[in-house]
Order: sequence, then C-alpha cells, then structure tokens
Amino acid sequence: MFMKKTLGAMALTGALAFAGSAVAQDTIKIGVSYPTPTHAWAAGMNWHAEQAEKRLEKLYPDVDLILVNSPDPGAQASALEDLVSVHQIDALVVLPFESEPLTDPVLNVKKSGAWITVVDRGLSQPGIEDLYVAGNNPELGRVSAQYMKTRLKDGDNIVILRGIPTVIDNERFDAFMAEIEGSGINVLDHKHANWNRDDGFEVMQDFLSRFPDIDAVWAQDDDIAIGVVAALKQAGRDGDGMFVVGGAGMKETIKSIMDGDTLIPVDVLYPPAMIATAMDATVAAFKSNGPVAGRYILGATLITPENAANYYFPESPF
Amino acid sequence: MTRASEGMAGKSPRRVSIDLKTLGPAIALLLLCIIGFLLNPAFISEGNLTNLLTRSAFIGIIAVGATFVITAGGIDLSVGSMAAAIAGVMIIVMDNAVETLGSGVPTVLLGCGVAIILGIGAGWVNGALTTKGKIEAFIVTLGTMGIYRSLVTYFADGGTLSLNFEVRGTYRPVYYDSFLGLPFPVWVFIAVAICGWLLLNRTAFGRYCTAIGSNEAVAKYSAINVDRVKTLTYIIQGLCVSFATIIYVPRLGSASASTGVLWELEAIAAVIIGGTVLKGGYGRIGGTILGALILTTIGNILNFTDMISNYLNGTMQGLIIIVAVFLQRSDWKLGKSKKS
Repeated sequence: MFMKKTLGAMALTGALAFAGSAVAQDTIKIGVSYPTPTHAWAAGMNWHAEQAEKRLEKLYPDVDLILVNSPDPGAQASALEDLVSVHQIDALVVLPFESEPLTDPVLNVKKSGAWITVVDRGLSQPGIEDLYVAGNNPELGRVSAQYMKTRLKDGDNIVILRGIPTVIDNERFDAFMAEIEGSGINVLDHKHANWNRDDGFEVMQDFLSRFPDIDAVWAQDDDIAIGVVAALKQAGRDGDGMFVVGGAGMKETIKSIMDGDTLIPVDVLYPPAMIATAMDATVAAFKSNGPVAGRYILGATLITPENAANYYFPESPF
Repeated sequence: MTRASEGMAGKSPRRVSIDLKTLGPAIALLLLCIIGFLLNPAFISEGNLTNLLTRSAFIGIIAVGATFVITAGGIDLSVGSMAAAIAGVMIIVMDNAVETLGSGVPTVLLGCGVAIILGIGAGWVNGALTTKGKIEAFIVTLGTMGIYRSLVTYFADGGTLSLNFEVRGTYRPVYYDSFLGLPFPVWVFIAVAICGWLLLNRTAFGRYCTAIGSNEAVAKYSAINVDRVKTLTYIIQGLCVSFATIIYVPRLGSASASTGVLWELEAIAAVIIGGTVLKGGYGRIGGTILGALILTTIGNILNFTDMISNYLNGTMQGLIIIVAVFLQRSDWKLGKSKKS
C-alpha cells in the first residue's frame, strides 16, 4: 500500500519535473507566500502583492509570479512544499507567519536551488536567505521621537499608547524612549492599546481623566490614533496645538495629512507595500545586471503634507 | 452521604448566604471604587464615572441576554463575533443607502432595523441548532463564533469597514450625547436591565428559564415547551447583541476583524461574577449589571496607575474576578463545616 503510494507520488513528481523543466527554460517562476490577511495592514499587503504581480508580469512576459496565502504556520509550510514540488519555483518571496516553525521549510526550498527572499520577519537561523527586505521598527520609534522634539519644548508632557506586547512593540518603544531621553519632555505613562481602535479610545479616555495637562500623544499606530482622536474630540481637548503621531501609513491617515489636518500632522511609514519591494528586488535578481543579494532595510519615512501624495493608494484596503 | 450534607448546607444557613450572594458583587465593586479613589482622586471625577458607565453598557447589555441563556442551562460563545458581523453589515447597508435615503435619520433607522433583524435571526439560528438540531450549545456557538468572525473579515476584505462621514455626523450623538446628565448608551443599558429584570423575575417565561436550567427533564414533564423557551433565550441574547451594536457603531464608526474580540468571555464573566450559576437554574440580572461594572472598573483602574507592570494587567483582572466570585460564594464558610 505504502510502496504503491510512494511510487505513485514519485512518478507524479517525475512527470511534473519534466513538464517543469521544459517550461523552466523560458519562464522564471517565483512563489510569493504570506499569511492570509486578517487585519487591515495584512490586507494592504495582499493588495500590494497583487498589484506588483500584475505590473511585473506585464513588464516581463517570461516571469510568472505565484501568490499563495496561508491561514497558519502549518499551512504555510505545506504551501512552501507545494511551490517546490508542483510549481518548481526558481525563487521564493516569503513573509513567514512565525520565524521558528518556518525556518526549516524555507531551508528545504533553499536546498531545491531556489533564490530566497525573506520579508519583514526574519528566520531563526541566519544565512538562509539571499535577500532580506524589512521595515525598520527601531527607526519608526526614533523618527517619531525626533518629530516630537521639533514640536515640543522642555517640560511638555506626552503619553504613549503601545501596541500588543511583542518584540516589534518593544523595539519601537525602546528606540523612542532612547531618543526622547534628555530632551526634557516628560513621558507621563505608557499603556498597551493593542494596535486597536477601541482600546486606543478607552486608554486615551483614561489618560485624559488622569492627566489634566497633555501636550501630545504618541500612538505608534494609525488604528490606535483613530481611537485617540475620537477620545480627544469627546473630551474637547483636541485644540491648543495638541497633536497625535501614529504609524504604518493607513490611506485615510495619509489622506488627512494631505488635506492639512493639524491633529494628526504627520505619519511614520511602516508600509505593507514592502512585499512589492521584495518582489521587485527578486525579479531584479534574475533580470538586472547589478547585484541584488543582501539586506534591504526600508527607511521609516516621515510622511508630511509635502510628500504624502507619494504614499497614498486610494484603491488599497489599508 | 453526600446528599445529606448537601441538604444540610442548603437549608440551615440559607438566610445568611442569600444576603451574601446579593451583596458580594456590590461589596467587590465598592472596594474597587475605593481602591481607584485612593490611587488617584480623579477616578471619581464626573468625566471618568460617565466614561465608565458608558463603556460598561456594551458588555452589560450583552450580559443581560447571556443571563437568560445561562440561567436556562445554555451558553453562547458567539456574541462577540455576532456583534462584529452585525456592525459590519449595518455599516455596509447604511453606506449603500446614502444614495437613495440621504445621510439623515432614515438611513440610521434603516441600519438599526437591519441590526435588530440580524440579531434576532442569528439568535434563532443558535437556538434552533441547539434545540431542534440537538447539538450542544457550546459546539453550536463555537461554530457560529468562527462563522461570524470570518464573515466580517470577508466583508471588510481583511481591512476595516468605515461608516460614511455624513452618516456618522447624524449617528454620532447616539453615543456621545446625553440626556439628564447621562449618555444615551447608559439609558439603553438601564432600559435593557429593567426589561430583563422584569422578564426574569416577574413572568412565567423567567420561571421556565430557571426551571429548565435546574432540571430540563422535569421541566419537560411539567408541560413546559422546553425547546421554545430555550430558543427564545438565544433570541433575547441576539436582540441584546443588536442593541449593544447599535450604540457601539456610532462610537468610532468602523468595524473590523478585531471588533468585539473576547466580548463573549467578558459577558459570561460578568454574569458569573453577578451570582448566576454557570450550570443554570439560578439567574440574577442585578448581579450581572454589577459584574459588568466590576469588569470595566478593573480595566479603568489599571489605566489609572503605573504601579503595576503593563504585562501583568491580565493577572490583576484574573485575580479580581476570582476574588469577586469568591466573596459571593463565601457562604461555605458560614455553613456548617460538617464533613460526612
């Protein structure tokens, strides 16, 4: 029974390998694997991946991009196996669900000879990927703090709403605190608002009841910032030069920055479009005469009314 | 042997234990308020108390419905997802109605109507699957929990559904405005609580719920239409979710996959803190309301202090919930500690 099945599978793989190699001569197959979008940021990533697929396949008729999304780490591991055995990919662009459980599956893809691009979340073992593309969490905290310093003076008070307790949140928070230190700006308190509008609203309501004098808010994230703004408006404390700094680059936030909103005057980029950057660079690895392998860390750009239009994608869900 | 001791504990200290059962949650809430005041006098400022009451309204209203379900021996795990799905559909319907109905009151009323119909429908589905389908309530509502949650993700395309800006302007006062010093959500909460109390304590339906919860077989032989009453409890639950959603949507005007996460557990916790028995047969609406207030107050107090590490918020919440229930069950201390 088992023998039969194995033989069958081998025969099938063999046949596919033949078919694959026949096509592979003129087609570059690139698998793109990422988690199923269940929140706005990931939905934005999905959208940008689809846009990049259309654009690149039009530009290079011999490039075939295969997008696969998976609802959990196990499914993503299986998806990677399928990309190798069924599609015979020449390169893989992967945003791992979790670093630990996906390191081995990605290593197996590597052993098949494919080029590996890892996006956003690193693998737990160094040296597997040819190219690493990621946003910059500490930089996001630092840029936000630098902006705060340009707007505030010695003795001004801020409150911080943090995300979900994770490494990402710690990196952002620690870098922010390191940059703000010595500026004379007081951080009254910081609480977790879980990158969530409702929590942002409630935590900010409580900060407003607790502290009569707040000059600015670092919300770290655009969703939290929306809740913060609702709480400020409810309490009537949205005037007097009060401002909120979020992060990520949600289209609604960028639109209001373009329109000259004073309550959220800037945003700090942590773009879901980084998957498109990774896809571009991976195609370039096959098409460009310049070297591509290495680490590509995106800047945490400060979005202001002047440059906002470059980061505004009205069609994207995020 | 065991039966004898149960009878003893049940009979002799009854008068004392009932008093404690009623007072337990109230004492816990009072203690919490004193702690809150000592930590920061701003805790009892009018603004903070209004925020607290308004915030409790969501979980409180849902928990009133959950009291019926649990009293009748059921459980509903789908309420958080149901709220998210109803909020999502409401927003889609209102956004699409703007062109024909304009951005005024009719659109908002249409949205509310849709919410109520959906709530009743979703409750009926849970009830019918439990009674006619003969599937355990835990499994049915675990299933519908996943279904409603993924539906809202699907509707929102993984992102966030946002209400049309002009409609928000019309709808906004429902959350933010007040009548006689109390915000509207608090009035809705009060109305739902009073109706719930009357229904549970002053009608035949309420007595049927209790009877079914304590012994379903006996209730059936007593000519109670068990299936109908049980289905009705889920419909009441669905209706309560609709009311909660109707006052939730104007707050931020959006719904996403992260809307209403864990509301089901908070509602169940509120019901149990309030003195309702998880296995059914005994329900208290008044206690449920205190339970909802206690849960909201814990979160509020934790935001008012930086003495406790942020990472330990869950620990504090857990401890206070357990202590609150312990206070209310403490009749075992007063009962005769005769072990047979």
